[in-house]
Amino acid sequence: MSQHAPAYPRRSLARYLIDATKSLVTGLGITGRYLAHPKEVVTREYPDNRTQLRFAERFRGPVTMPHDEAGEHRCTACGLCEKACPNGTISILATRNLADKRVLGQLVYHLGQCSFCGLCVEACPFDALRMSHEFELASDQKADFERVLNHKEGR
Amino acid sequence: MSALESSIVLPPGFEPATDGREGEAYYLNMGPQHPSTHGVLRLVVRLDGETVLGVVPHPGYVHRGIEKMGENMSVLQYLHHTDRLDYLSSLGNSLSICLIVERALGLGVPERADYIRVILCELQRIASHMLWWGVFGMDLGAITTFFYGFRDHELITQLFEEVCGARLTLNYFRPGGVAQDVPADFLAKVQVILEQTRRSLDEYDRLLTKNVIIQERTHGIGVLPAATARSYGCSGAVLRASGVDYDVRKHDSYSIYDRFAFDVPLGRNGDCFDRYEVRMREMAQSVRILEQAVAQFPAAGPWRSKELPQYKLPAGSWFRWVEAARGAFGTFIVSDGSLKPVRIKNRSPGFSNLSVLDEIARGAKLADLVTILSSLDIVVPDIDR
Repeated sequence: MSQHAPAYPRRSLARYLIDATKSLVTGLGITGRYLAHPKEVVTREYPDNRTQLRFAERFRGPVTMPHDEAGEHRCTACGLCEKACPNGTISILATRNLADKRVLGQLVYHLGQCSFCGLCVEACPFDALRMSHEFELASDQKADFERVLNHKEGR
Repeated sequence: MSALESSIVLPPGFEPATDGREGEAYYLNMGPQHPSTHGVLRLVVRLDGETVLGVVPHPGYVHRGIEKMGENMSVLQYLHHTDRLDYLSSLGNSLSICLIVERALGLGVPERADYIRVILCELQRIASHMLWWGVFGMDLGAITTFFYGFRDHELITQLFEEVCGARLTLNYFRPGGVAQDVPADFLAKVQVILEQTRRSLDEYDRLLTKNVIIQERTHGIGVLPAATARSYGCSGAVLRASGVDYDVRKHDSYSIYDRFAFDVPLGRNGDCFDRYEVRMREMAQSVRILEQAVAQFPAAGPWRSKELPQYKLPAGSWFRWVEAARGAFGTFIVSDGSLKPVRIKNRSPGFSNLSVLDEIARGAKLADLVTILSSLDIVVPDIDR
């Protein structure tokens, strides 16, 4: 430690008092400026401002499945999102329709395992998944973390 | 050794001392829940009165086995897990993996993507250093800096939310480019941030750098000689504050950093004040890089080269490091040609920088230990992985 003795000059007591007063005044000046200019203060009053909160369009919240006006989704139960997910968040439970074609029975989304990386949405070739802007996800009900995303079976 | 002395069980990591202070010395536990350890890091300190005789850090409280998880998933899936290592410079972490995949598979990167990467990485370096500045002030007892640091950090975080879709765990870089194109008003927003950053840096200087209390508490504290810094594998501002001129961006250049003119700030004494000052000057250099990058930014063009269905690394091993906010972050991947890597190892700057703590804290006071730890700028999830 000693071979690199720092070369800072030692202050005399008078110098110290002058410098200390100067930095005290400078510091108080900077913080006092914000007292006089309340418009520059950036604090936001969450949760009181909940209704005015705006999220970026790309914000990645929990995965949802958009449905059109007829209540239909675009999922074909191909399973690419299930494979793309690093955490095993998505379970595709496929079924067969009357014509014996493989269709989506349930898309179970385990919210508790999701890390919101968005790889499932990128993997989907049919644009069937979206990341929502939902953000207050805390719950004391375990069932809230197991969601079925589709409203009805695929056709 | 008396029967009493031999029956004493020392805290793990400590050897029976021979410095003649056994009678006076005592052991103090600090953390894992301690505000100055920046997360869940536990320190066991051997003290004589208030003088530190030795420190043993006990990391591991947020160990998640991310490297092991990487062996069970494809590289593309592992990419977003690296955001959870050093969460304040997550883009640097994923950039190292992207560079590996691009080199292994011979993927090209569009010019626009290169510029997006550099701009975001430098913004993140500024954001990380701003947050560190706020926390450093708070560790020394000045809580105002914490709010100011977070205020300016927030501007950059908001831009990240608009560009990447998240605030911390960005998951934006992909092998061969970036996930999405930047929004239309991206450059204008970067300009606003640069303007604000220049003002903030000036404010920071007046508030903290020139403050007598800060100077008195950091001058000559925790001196790290250049030879020690080198032998422990320190990197980033900790290494450069000791006077060692090594910056991965400059001396092992990657991406398009060779196109920009910037200096590598160096310190002389290697004490806490030098580490502080080097980081402050690094922010100014990042602003300089950003100015050039914004001026050269290609107006249009692709943001990602052709996407592959699978990113299978050929058999072999790869290593690439990048200059993250805290120092050299490296990734080592061993592949056997299948989709999942055989072994992934992350070289994190925080681990090496924390290793010198015992050396440089010896002889300092307990209150200085907080200063020293803060000046090393560790992020615990990066150390534990």
